[in-house]
Amino acid sequence: MYGLKTDWPAEIPPRYFTLQEYEGSLPRWCPGCGDHGVLTAVQRLCRDEQLEPEKTVFVSGIGCASRFPHYMKAYGFHGLHGRALPVACGIRARRPDLHVFVATGDGDCCSIGAAHWVHAVRYNMNMVLMLLDNNVYGLTKNQTSPTSLKGRKTNTHPRGAWLEPIDPIQTTLGIQNASFVAQTVDWNPPHVLATLKAAHRHPGMSFVRILQRCPHYPNQDFVELQNNPAKLLLLTHADGIEVDDAVKRMFKNRQEHDPSDLDGARRLADREDAVPVGLFYRNDSADRYDRNTVEGLATSRRDKIAALEAELSRYEI
Amino acid sequence: MRTQAGTCAEAAAVSGPGRREPDACLRTAPAQIVEIVSDSGEGAQTAGQLFGTVCAKMGNGVWTVEIIPAEIEPPARSREGASGIRIRFGTEPVTNMGNKADVVVAFNEQVLYSRIDQDALRPGTVLFIDDKWAASSDARTREDYGKALQDFRERGYDVREIPIEEQTRKHTETPQRGKNMWVLGLLSALYNRDLAPAMDEVRLLFERRRKGEAVIELNHQLIRSGYTWGMEHLDQRFDIPARPHRESMVVMNGNAAVAMGCIAAGIEVCSMYPITPATSASHYMAGVFHTAGGFLHQAEDEIGAIGFALGASYAGKTAVTITSGPGMALKTELIGLAVMAEIPIVIVDVQRGGPATGLPTKVEQGDLLSSLFGQPGDVPKVVIAPSSIEECFQFMITARKLAETFRTPVIVLTDANLATGQTPFAKPKASEEWLSPPVDQSPWKKGVPAYAWDSETGLSARPIPGQPDGAFVLTGLAHDEHSHVAYASAKNQQAMRMRSRKMAALQKTLKPPKVHGDEDGDLLVVGWGSTRGAIEEAVDEIRRDGQRVSSLHIRFLAPIEPGLREIFGRFRRVMTVEINYSDELTDPLIDADSRRYAQLAWLLRAHTLVDVDCWSRVPGQPLPPHLIETAIRERLEGER
Ligand SMILES: Cc1ncc(C[n+]2csc(CCOP(=O)(O)OP(=O)(O)O)c2C)c(N)n1
Ligand code: SF4
Repeated sequence: MYGLKTDWPAEIPPRYFTLQEYEGSLPRWCPGCGDHGVLTAVQRLCRDEQLEPEKTVFVSGIGCASRFPHYMKAYGFHGLHGRALPVACGIRARRPDLHVFVATGDGDCCSIGAAHWVHAVRYNMNMVLMLLDNNVYGLTKNQTSPTSLKGRKTNTHPRGAWLEPIDPIQTTLGIQNASFVAQTVDWNPPHVLATLKAAHRHPGMSFVRILQRCPHYPNQDFVELQNNPAKLLLLTHADGIEVDDAVKRMFKNRQEHDPSDLDGARRLADREDAVPVGLFYRNDSADRYDRNTVEGLATSRRDKIAALEAELSRYEI
Repeated sequence: MRTQAGTCAEAAAVSGPGRREPDACLRTAPAQIVEIVSDSGEGAQTAGQLFGTVCAKMGNGVWTVEIIPAEIEPPARSREGASGIRIRFGTEPVTNMGNKADVVVAFNEQVLYSRIDQDALRPGTVLFIDDKWAASSDARTREDYGKALQDFRERGYDVREIPIEEQTRKHTETPQRGKNMWVLGLLSALYNRDLAPAMDEVRLLFERRRKGEAVIELNHQLIRSGYTWGMEHLDQRFDIPARPHRESMVVMNGNAAVAMGCIAAGIEVCSMYPITPATSASHYMAGVFHTAGGFLHQAEDEIGAIGFALGASYAGKTAVTITSGPGMALKTELIGLAVMAEIPIVIVDVQRGGPATGLPTKVEQGDLLSSLFGQPGDVPKVVIAPSSIEECFQFMITARKLAETFRTPVIVLTDANLATGQTPFAKPKASEEWLSPPVDQSPWKKGVPAYAWDSETGLSARPIPGQPDGAFVLTGLAHDEHSHVAYASAKNQQAMRMRSRKMAALQKTLKPPKVHGDEDGDLLVVGWGSTRGAIEEAVDEIRRDGQRVSSLHIRFLAPIEPGLREIFGRFRRVMTVEINYSDELTDPLIDADSRRYAQLAWLLRAHTLVDVDCWSRVPGQPLPPHLIETAIRERLEGER
């Protein structure tokens, strides 16, 4: 009747998650802070990929950026300064069913957590690492960060930072077993979303550096970048980050770059005349430690007891 | 043969070397302490462990202690390079390393000096020493050896030069790798052991090391050779009567017991960074953990290790991290997070000498107070200390349960003495009840907060990722029951109260500890951890003289076991005996006002308001019963 089919499917319709279902408490970042845009992009990503909120975990350290988990409606672990990555790896280790995201700042990741950064990249466990890099310590009020430009005046270096900054992209590319290294800018939401989507789909540790504006302690460099988009260089490739033509047109300068070309990636990261955005490097077949850490996951209780008994017998006299 | 006729009169009377009637010089003894000391890499420990296992198998009580040099390849023939083992065995169960050695087998005279420095010998100790140095091509070595031997005789040791290397060389070109087995044969003769179990153990050992039949046969030959030589040349042999076990027994060291306890507890993740003396626990686990469904993670550092464990635990998998003092220091901040956010985790601290790098291979009980109070802020957590190797196993099962029931970190304090000591105990009967429950993935009850603290006990259930409707953001910031960041004073007070209350709730389930000896008296000696055997032995010795001394051993340090004040009230004086530093009242500037107490004493004084005294030492080795005995006697005499 009424032209409707009468064979209604008996299965329960799949759950559908709307954007609101990923919204946690109200963000407390400063107005205009780049973190807001990234949050929106991540909520979109979750909605687009229909990630079950109970299967999704956001892990962070301490800093403005690390407030991220509170503003998502999912499981979250807002831990200690610098220690997000070991926690995320531990979560991942025995729970391959969970989607793990890490939100970290440049102090959190590249200074106090630097050892974990190097090793987590090498472990290459399946998760998305979002480095919200504002080139400064925001939460503790304007101290030099390892990514602050040389000469930048901060509360700890009022006469200007002494040293050249660490380049997070170059550093990550230098770590054996790095498998996904990308860069984007918070002020281009569609590119952020496209990059995070590729990161999420990548099987392994996806390192995404997001240049993030901090209007409270502004970085002249980023202001300039935003005003002069010609300084950005969009990396394009069939295996790279998929963006539609409208997004492509936002970038005056584009370059084909094959993400399997590590040397090329390093040369790009070294460029001083342009800031590349897109995928520097990808290697889907890099070793994944989370393939090892799930060992024995399905061991039954009876087998556990049998193993214990076998061990005790070995020590029996 | 340079072996001198000894004290076995009958034997000496009837036979010369090589033709002795073996049983004529056999004497029964209730217990013996024997040491083997060598240069590092000469296998003294292997031989000693095998000998200990054989004794345990026959039904003797046994305790073995390793003598470990600080470096991997220290110079040969040096005091600091001494590597070896002490085996104390007897008819009765043995709970500690005992006092002075009865017999020492030394591969050279220099390593023996390290034992003299440690006060391990007494006049009359029988000293078997390799005679090869007397014929050394190096004049200096010959001279050193000769001088040392004279010195040993002057010190009253019963020196017997024996041809260890010469005899070993008859069977192998590389005697450094065979002398230990020859000595195992010699000891088997000296202590009237059957050779068959030694042969079996050697076979097992080399099969485990994936060595072929030829190696096993060579080692068997060496054991037989040492045995035959011993039977022909020893002028005195001992029989240590054994009582065959009625139940199955296992023999292992404390680290293996901890590791096996992890398996027994159903722990799924062990996350560690190598550190002496904890590492051997992970070595053991690395080999077998996967067979029990577990994974061992070697992290980038101790912070990464505990972070990983906390992540796994947050995701519903039970986790342990195993370390020693310096690692504990690094884990401090994350232990605080585990308290704050109520994340179950078991932390094993195999204590070594501190502070800083301290005495990496040596025992100390120096981490008690830092375990209790070592993190900033108020950090209520469970701290327990096994007092035997068997308890190392059992306490892991308890620790896992406590951590999950009380949603808290549980610190298990063992030490280098338990870690490397070996003793037999009844084989545990594995039970599925020990295992952690499967991860709950059922929907969380809507509206129940992530910290629904029970107002009386502070206990609450935790949502685990994967549970629908349970999503919450764990945070190390002050938070309310919903895990929402909360800075309001009343909320902070409430949350602190709830975390602390859990400890009271646990304490109410504990029983007062049992006094060893009479329930009242003149002096109560209180200890914790690995010292129990030695303290009780010392107390028993003194009680034999009719003195009114008892002892008490505390296993739950936080929350502390109940009833202590009442027990202490029944004794005229209370003192602790510990392996950590405290000031002596006889030292300059030290008086009741300035004195710093041993760690348990400090805790007990604060907890009970009793004027608890202490005697503690940091010798870098377990406290022998006789030192404890002397200390107690001095305290008793000071009383009069
Ligand atoms: C152990 C420790 N040291 C220092 C701090 C103080 N602290 C909090 S956040 C922070 C730096 C944050 O900078 P960044 O990671 O770049 O994040 P942002 O705030 O800029 O997003 C510091 C030093 C801390 N919380 N813990
Ligand atoms: S201080 Fe900077 S980084 Fe922090 S919230 Fe404000 S704008 Fe964002």
